[in-house]
Amino acid sequence: MSRTPEIRIRDLHKSFGDNEVLRGIDLEIGQGDVVCVIGPSGSGKSTLLRCVNLLEEPTKGQVFVGGTELTDPDVDIDAARRRIGMVFQQFNLFPHLTVTENLTLPQRRVLKRDKAQAARTAAENLRRVGLAEKADAYPSSLSGGQQQRVAIARALAMGPEVMLFDEPTSALDPELVGDVLAVMRMLAEEGMTMMVVTHEMTFAREVADRVVFMDGGVVVEDGTPGQVIGNPRHQRTRHFLSRLLDPAMAEVEEEISDRAGKSE
Amino acid sequence: MSHPTDTAGSAVAPRRKGLTRRGRRRLSRGAQYTVFVAAVIALAVSADWGRLRNQFAQTAIARQMFPDVIVLALKNTVLYTLSGFVVGLVLGMVIALMRLSSVGPYRWVAGVYIEIFRGLPALLIFIFVGVAVPLAFPGMEIVGGTYGKVALALGLVSAAYMAETIRAGIQAVPRGQMEAARSLGFSPTRAMVSIIIPQAFRIILPPLTNELVLLFKDSSMVLFLGVTLEERELSKFGRDLASQTANSTPILVAGLCYLLVTIPLGFLVRRMEAKAQEAVK
Ligand SMILES: Nc1ncnc2c1ncn2[C@@H]1O[C@H](COP(=O)(O)OP(=O)(O)OP(=O)(O)O)[C@@H](O)[C@H]1O
Ligand SMILES: [Mg+2]
Repeated sequence: MSRTPEIRIRDLHKSFGDNEVLRGIDLEIGQGDVVCVIGPSGSGKSTLLRCVNLLEEPTKGQVFVGGTELTDPDVDIDAARRRIGMVFQQFNLFPHLTVTENLTLPQRRVLKRDKAQAARTAAENLRRVGLAEKADAYPSSLSGGQQQRVAIARALAMGPEVMLFDEPTSALDPELVGDVLAVMRMLAEEGMTMMVVTHEMTFAREVADRVVFMDGGVVVEDGTPGQVIGNPRHQRTRHFLSRLLDPAMAEVEEEISDRAGKSE
Repeated sequence: MSHPTDTAGSAVAPRRKGLTRRGRRRLSRGAQYTVFVAAVIALAVSADWGRLRNQFAQTAIARQMFPDVIVLALKNTVLYTLSGFVVGLVLGMVIALMRLSSVGPYRWVAGVYIEIFRGLPALLIFIFVGVAVPLAFPGMEIVGGTYGKVALALGLVSAAYMAETIRAGIQAVPRGQMEAARSLGFSPTRAMVSIIIPQAFRIILPPLTNELVLLFKDSSMVLFLGVTLEERELSKFGRDLASQTANSTPILVAGLCYLLVTIPLGFLVRRMEAKAQEAVK
């Protein structure tokens, strides 16, 4: 944690019209650290992640990645984004290209690598995610889990220093989640700096160096998985975790507290 | 045809009052067939087929049209159509991108162009290109002579439609595609060119082919530009020969030549649409 922060977020605010989604986020992520961001739907997790690579323009505040201030209006944002890989919930593979072309086209167009080098890097990264045999397939012929692993390989082929994951397993059938998490675990072990929005508590507990709980556009709790998941200090965190771990129980609980609230 | 209807009707009738849904459908279909057959018979009996054949289907005159109707007239029609299509496509692409631009004046100019040229008959645009442009820019020749003028006129006509089609295609590409491209470091322009537009064209291939069919027919308006003998396309060729021979057979032959191209193209469009429909499922 004493290493130089790879990602630094300072007093970040983001509004959509009147809707203030992020209300002052401060966060530092050290090089090689894995930070899982959890929180209820609508709490601004995706927005935060999208502000880190400026897919959303912050209303106020600063974002630094690897020492470069992305929020500086004069920064070359395309160059900066090359160092930040992003993986989306819906994969967002390019459907008109084969798996290999999905990996080579960005390298050739953006990094200006030659054909042979791009192909080599593509093959290497497909092997890393265990999909070397799908090199010539089209995305539509792959399962969701395979598509997501291709998406990860596509981001890795650009040689990023930081990887952002926005609920990478939420769109997958349960039996396909494991393969994707295994790839992410491998990346974490290799020392990739990762910021992961997820509801996979087992992954967060076992892989994350830190867990950040967000609610209502602010960071409510930030600490080791043991602290935030194992022994949450805040009522909101506890409530969220109990609902996540046992949805059936939580509903009853809510109903009871609702009724209690009405009778008061 | 009416036999099974009767049995079905009488078998069900005692159980329910009036006609069943199935019975009513059969009755309605039977009535429609009757009207259709009656109309065909009426037409066949009342038309003077002998005179029609004399005027439209004289084999000797038809034979005299070959091979020029193909190697000259059809060839020119295809040439005019394709050159107009290319100009329309390029212009339409520019206008579509202007329409989607974040720069206000670009959007505004593109919008005005689309409204004006979608609202004008193609005929007026041909006359405009043939008369107004040479008047406005004396001494300046449109490159390519008649071919250039036709390409310009057809291009102006089709660009407005194509711009709207291309814009719709670009907007039909999911937002995530642009976001994925941007997150990989593509600039907006490069993402548009390498990722979005190729996907948009797959989506709009059927309407673009339809536009090609429309242009193929609109190329007949070349005759308002005044063309030399070698520049004649199907309609002009047919009409000239019809007045020479005082017979309408050339019109029929020219019409068949149009259908020779438009029917297969229409077929192709429906196949592509069906395929796209299947891909969605
Ligand atoms: N492009 C946008 N325009 C307007 N409002 C938006 C936009 N993107 C997000 N929002 C709003 O911002 C709020 C937070 O959204 P965000 O997607 O960041 O939440 P989240 O924590 O990722 O939720 P989820 O778990 O459902 O993905 C929501 O109220 C949402 O409606
Ligand atoms: Mg989200």
